[in-house]
Amino acid sequence: MIDFNDKVVKQFTIATIFWGIVGMLVGVIIAVQLAWPAFNFDIPWLTYSRLRPLHTNAVIFAFGGNALLGTSMYVAQRTCQVKLFSNTLASVVFWGYQLVIVGAALTLPFGFTQGKEYAELIWPLDVLLTVVWVLYAIVYFGTIATRTVKHIYVANWFYAAFIITIAVLHIVNNLAVPVNWHLSYPVFSGAVDALTQWWYGHNAVGFFLTAGFLGMMYYFVPKQAGRPVYSYRLSIVHFWALVSTYMWAGPHHLQYTSLPDWAQSLGMVFSLILLAPSWGGMINGMMTLSGAWDKLRSDPIIKMMIVALSFYGMSTFEGPMMSIKTVNALSHYTDWTIGHVHSGALGWVALMTMASMYSLVPRLWRRDGMYSTQLINVHFWIATLGIVLYIASMWIAGVMQGLMWREVDANGSLVYSHVESIEATFPYYVIRIIGGLLFLIGAVIQAYNTYKTIKGDKAEVAVNAEAAGANA
Amino acid sequence: MSNFWHWTVIIVVVLHLLAYLWLLFATSKKKTDKRSDNTTGHVWDGDLKEWDNPMPRWWLWLFVITIVFSVAYLYLYPGMGNFKGSKEWTSINRFETNYAAVTDARNKSFAGFINKPVDELIKDDQAMLIGSRIFANNCAQCHASDAQGAVGFPNLTDDDWNWGGEFDDIVTTLNNGRMGVMPAFAPALGEDGTKQVAAYVRSLSGIEHDAALAAEGQTKFGMFCAACHGPDGKGQDMFGAPNLTDDIWLHGSHEIIETGLYEGFNGNMPAQKDILDENRIKLVAAYVYSLSNKE
Repeated sequence: MIDFNDKVVKQFTIATIFWGIVGMLVGVIIAVQLAWPAFNFDIPWLTYSRLRPLHTNAVIFAFGGNALLGTSMYVAQRTCQVKLFSNTLASVVFWGYQLVIVGAALTLPFGFTQGKEYAELIWPLDVLLTVVWVLYAIVYFGTIATRTVKHIYVANWFYAAFIITIAVLHIVNNLAVPVNWHLSYPVFSGAVDALTQWWYGHNAVGFFLTAGFLGMMYYFVPKQAGRPVYSYRLSIVHFWALVSTYMWAGPHHLQYTSLPDWAQSLGMVFSLILLAPSWGGMINGMMTLSGAWDKLRSDPIIKMMIVALSFYGMSTFEGPMMSIKTVNALSHYTDWTIGHVHSGALGWVALMTMASMYSLVPRLWRRDGMYSTQLINVHFWIATLGIVLYIASMWIAGVMQGLMWREVDANGSLVYSHVESIEATFPYYVIRIIGGLLFLIGAVIQAYNTYKTIKGDKAEVAVNAEAAGANA
Repeated sequence: MSNFWHWTVIIVVVLHLLAYLWLLFATSKKKTDKRSDNTTGHVWDGDLKEWDNPMPRWWLWLFVITIVFSVAYLYLYPGMGNFKGSKEWTSINRFETNYAAVTDARNKSFAGFINKPVDELIKDDQAMLIGSRIFANNCAQCHASDAQGAVGFPNLTDDDWNWGGEFDDIVTTLNNGRMGVMPAFAPALGEDGTKQVAAYVRSLSGIEHDAALAAEGQTKFGMFCAACHGPDGKGQDMFGAPNLTDDIWLHGSHEIIETGLYEGFNGNMPAQKDILDENRIKLVAAYVYSLSNKE
C-alpha cells in the first residue's frame, strides 16, 4: 500500500474553504461600497482602492491557489501511484504559501502595493512567492518523475503547464529594482510595461484560472461520473492549442491604446482562435458527463460540474467576442468586463473548485460521502442563482454604460456626463450585491457541510477500501 | 520596427497558424489499435480511463474557420510586422476621421450661436442644452453637476464671484485658468496673531466671535490681509481675493479660517482654451453666466 501524503492535501482543502469565504466576503463589501460609497466609513484601509486588490488576490491566489496546489498534489499521487516526492517540502510549500497570503492581507489594506493589477504584491512577497513556487514545482515534478504508471494522465499535463507558466509570468512581470523594503520600480516602462503586464494578466487567467482548473476538471469529473474521459485526441489538441494560443492574447486588454496597431490586431486574432481550444475542454468535460445524466437527479456534485463547464463555455465564447475591436470599443472600461470575469471566476473556477472539494473531502477523511447531500443541493441552487444575478446585472450595466459614454448628439456634444452613467448603474450594483451575497452564503453552507463531514457524523469507510480500488 | 522584428513576427505567426493545422490533421488521422471498449487502454487510479473518440467534426470546423478568419484579417489589417494591411487602416486615422466628423457637426450647429450676444444666448434653449452638456463633461467633476461647487471649488450659481461674474470675466477665467494663491501667514502672525485675525474675519461676516481678540486682529488684518481682501474685507476680483463679509466660505466653513491663515491656500482652475475650442468656451461661459443671471 502506498503511503500517500493526504495530510498536506487536507491542509490545502481547509485553506481553500477558509480563504474562499474571506475573499468572497471582501468582494461583497466592495460591491456594497460601489453602490453606497459611505460604507468605507472614512477609514483608509477599508476604502475600495485597497480592498479591491485584497479581494482579487484572496479569491484568485488564496482560494483558487490553495485549491490548485492541494488538488494537484492529490491528483499527482493518485494518478502516478506514488507518494509525494518530499513530505517536508510539501509542508514548507503549504506554510510558505499561507505566509504569502497573510503577507498580502497585511500589506494591501495599508496601501503597500506595486500598482500592477493582479500583481500588486510588493517585492519581498514576490520573492517569497517565487521561492515557494520553485519548491512546489520540485514536489510536483518530482512526484511525476517517480511515477510507477507509464503514461502521464491528462490532468497532470494541465497542472504542469500551470506550474511552469505561472513561474515564468510571475518572474518576468515582477522584474523590478527595489529602492526600500516595500517600494520598487519595474524595469519596463511605457507601452512595453503595459504589454508585459497584460501578457502576465491574461496568462494568469489562461494558466492559473483555466489550465489549472482544467487539470482539476480532468480528474474529478470522470472520477465523480465514473466514466472515461470522452476523447483522448481532443484532449491532446485542445491542450497544445490552448497553452500556445493564450500566450498571444494579452494585447486584447489594450485595444485602442498606445500599443502599436499590429500588436493589437494579433491580440485580437489569436483571442478569436482561442475559442475552439477552450471549447475543446468544455466538450471533453460535458461529453464525459453525458451518459451519466441519470446522476443529475441524485448527485448535486455532478450538477455543479455541468453548470461549471457551461459557464466555462459561455465565458470562453464571450471573451473572444469582447476581444473583437468593434465590440471592445463598447465593452472596454465598463462593468461588462466585470461581469465577464465573474462568469468565469464564479461560474467556472469557483463552482468547479466547490464541486471538486465535495468530491475530495469524503475521500480524504474517508467518509461515506458528505454529511448532507441536501445541503450540497441547496448550495448548488443558491450559487447558481447568485451567478446569474451577478452576470446579468453587470452585462446590462456594462452595455448601458458603453452606450451612454459614447452617445453624441447632433451638435457634436456628449449627451451624458460620467456621473449620469453611475447614477443609472446604481440599481444594477444593488442586484450585483444580492448575487454576490448569495454566492457567499453558498460558500458558508459548504464550510458547514465540510465541518460536519470531517467531524465524523457519518460512518467511516475502511482505509483499505480506497487503497484496494486504487490498486485494482 | 526593425527588419529583424518585422520578419520575426511574420515567421512566428505563420508557423503558429500552420502548427494548428498540422496538430488538427495529424491528431485526427492518427491510427490507434482498436480496442473492444473503445478506450486507449490506459488506466489510472483504479478507474480513470480515456475513450478514443474522434474529435467532433463541427468543432474541427469551428477551429479551421477561426484560422481562415485570422488569415483574412491579417491580410486586410495591420498585424504582420510592418505590413500595413491592404486597407491601410490605422487606429490614429480612425480617431482623426471620427474626431473631424464630430468637430464638423459641432461647428455647423454652433454657427447660429457664435455671433449672438450673451443676453440672447441665455434665452436660447438649444444653446443652453449644449452648454449644459459641455459643463457636465468638463466642469462638473470639480464644480458638481448642479454647479453648486464643493469644498475648494466655488459655487457658480450664486452672485458671489471671486474673479468677476460678468460674461467676459467668465470667458477669461475659462480660457486662461486662475491661480488662487493665499500665502501662509504662520511666520508673520504666529499662533496668537492667527486667532486674533480669525476672530476679526468672523466679525466681518457677523459670526459669533471673541470681541477682544477681534479688536486686536483688526490692526493685523490691515497690515497683512487688506492688500488683497481690501480694507473693508469685501475682496478684490483682480486678485481673486474672496469677499470675507458675506459668510460664504470657499474652503468649506468659517472653521477653516485658522488653518487657512496658518497654512495658506492654493486654488487652481486649469486653463481650458487648449481643451475646449473658442465656440465651446463661449457656450459653456454663457451657460455658467445664466446660472446666476436667470430672468
